[in-house]
Amino acid sequence: MADFINEWGSAIWEGFIQTTQMTLISLAFSILIGLPLGVLLVLTRKGGQWESVPAFTIVNSLINVIRSIPFIILLFFLLPFTKALVGTTIGVRGVIVPLVVACAPYIARLLETAMLEVSKGVIEAYQSMGISTPKIIWHVIIREARSSIILGLTIAIIGLIGETAMAGFVGAGGLGDLAYQFGYVRFQPDVMYAVIIILIVIVQIIQSIGNVIARKLKKN
Amino acid sequence: MIKLQHVSKTFRVGKNRIEALKDVSLEVHKGEIFGVIGFSGAGKSTLIRCVNLLERPTSGQVVVDGENVLQLNKTRLRLLRRKIGMIFQGYNLLETANVYENVATPLKLEGVPKEEIKARTEKYLEIVGLSDRKNAFPSQLSGGQKQRVAIARALAHEPEVLLSDEATSALDPNTTDAILELLLKVNKELGITIFLITHELNVIQRICDRVAVMENGRVVEQGTVVDVFTQPQQPMTRRFISTESKFQIPETVKSDLLKSGRLVKLTFIGESSKDPVLATLAKQYDVLPSIIAGGIDQLKDQSVGRLLVHLKGDEAKVGTAIDFLHDQDVLVEEVKN
Repeated sequence: MADFINEWGSAIWEGFIQTTQMTLISLAFSILIGLPLGVLLVLTRKGGQWESVPAFTIVNSLINVIRSIPFIILLFFLLPFTKALVGTTIGVRGVIVPLVVACAPYIARLLETAMLEVSKGVIEAYQSMGISTPKIIWHVIIREARSSIILGLTIAIIGLIGETAMAGFVGAGGLGDLAYQFGYVRFQPDVMYAVIIILIVIVQIIQSIGNVIARKLKKN
Repeated sequence: MIKLQHVSKTFRVGKNRIEALKDVSLEVHKGEIFGVIGFSGAGKSTLIRCVNLLERPTSGQVVVDGENVLQLNKTRLRLLRRKIGMIFQGYNLLETANVYENVATPLKLEGVPKEEIKARTEKYLEIVGLSDRKNAFPSQLSGGQKQRVAIARALAHEPEVLLSDEATSALDPNTTDAILELLLKVNKELGITIFLITHELNVIQRICDRVAVMENGRVVEQGTVVDVFTQPQQPMTRRFISTESKFQIPETVKSDLLKSGRLVKLTFIGESSKDPVLATLAKQYDVLPSIIAGGIDQLKDQSVGRLLVHLKGDEAKVGTAIDFLHDQDVLVEEVKN
C-alpha cells in the first residue's frame, strides 16, 4: 500500500487536480451558455412569454444536433474550431472548448425541464402584478426551479467527469487518462482500480451534496 | 371603474376557432362587489383575464379607471396592473418563499422602499389574520390560509380593484365563508372594488351587489343580486338559482295538489315579509292556504323568504285571492304542470 502510494500518489494527485480543473472550468462556461439557452427555450416555446416558432426551432434543433454527437467524435470534429478559439488543441485549454460545447446544450436541456415544472399560475400571478419578464425569470422561474436546477447540474457535473476521461486523447491528462494509459495500455490494473475507487467516491460525494442542497432549497 | 364594451375573444385551436366571449358589455362601479356567475366553460375566466390583459380581447374596449387598457404600451400596462390586484383559484404562491416573502417579494421587485415594504407586508398580513404565520411556507398552510396570503399579496399593492378568479372554488364551505367575510371586509373597510367570477351561487348571494350571468360566452342577464335572484328572466339563470333554492317537490305530490287547488310560489323580499298575507287570504277571501314548503335565503344586505303555498277553495275565490297577492309586495309565481 505504502509502496503504491509512493509510486503513484503524485500521478494520481496530479490527475485529480487536472480532472477537477477541467470539470469546474467547463462547468462554469457551460452554465454561462446553457442557462440563457434554457431560458430562451422556455420563453420562446408555444405559450411562452416571448413565443417565437423560428427562435425555438433553431435553438431546439441546434441542441439536438450537438447532443447527437458522441463526445469522443465531437472532440476531434471541433479541432479546427478549438484551435481558432483558444489557439491550441491540446492540454487542459484544448479540451475545455469541446467539453463546453458538449455540456452547455445538455445543461440547457436540464434547466429547461426544471423551469417548465414551475407552475404557470405563479408566473401569471406575477405578470398580473405588473412585474417585468426579466424579473419574473430570475425571481420566480429560476427561484422556484432552483431545487430541480441543482439536481440537473449535479447530473451534468457527473457527466462532465466522465467526458474528461477522453481528454487524454488531446493530452489534457486527468484521472480517466491515467486509468487508461497505465491501467489498460501498460496493463497495470492496480492503477485502474485505484482511479475507479477515487472516481466512485467523487461521484458519490457530488451526488450527495447535490441532493442535500436541493432538499434545503425546496422548503417543502 | 371597469368598463367592458363589446368585448369578444376568439381562440384558435388548430383549425378550430373557439369563441370564448361574444360581444360582452358590462360595467363595474367604484366601490361595489360585482360578480359574474356561469357554469364552467361559459367564458367567465377569459372575461376576467381580459380586464388586466392576461388575455387580449380580439375586439372591443376595456377601460379601467378611465384608461383604455388596449392602447397602453408595455410600461404603462405594467403600471396599471399594479393598481389591479388579482387572486386565483390555485393561490399561485411561491412555494420556495415563506408567507412574509410571498407578500414582500412583488413589492421588492417593483422597487418599493424597504421600510415601506416591511410596513405594508405587516399591515396586510395583520388584516388577513396571518401575522403569526409569517415564517411558514405554503406547503405548511391550509387552502384557506394560502388564499389569505394571496389576498395579502394583492392588497399590499394597495390596488383600487381586486379581481377574483374563482378564489373560493377549491375551498370547503366553512373556509369559503371565512374568505368571503374577508373579501367583504376588504370591500367595506379599504374601499376596494371587487370584480369576481364564480360558479357558486352562494358567493354571489353572500357578498355581491350586482351580478351578471354568463352562458356560452355571452352575458344573458345582469342586474342587482336581489332582482336577478328573485325574478330570474332567463332559463339559464333559473337553472342556476333552482339548483340551490327550488322546492324539489315530487311530480306525484305536485299533480295531487294541483287536482285539489292551485299552487303558488311566493317570494318575500326584506320588509314585505311582515304583513300576514296568508292569514288575510284565509280570513277575507275564504280560501284555505296550506304551506307545502318554505325557506329563507340570506342575500348580502337583504333576506328573501320563499313559500310554496297550496290554495284550496272556490275557483273564483282562489282567483281573486291570487289577484290580492299580486297587489301586495310579494312576488307571485304560479306553479303549473
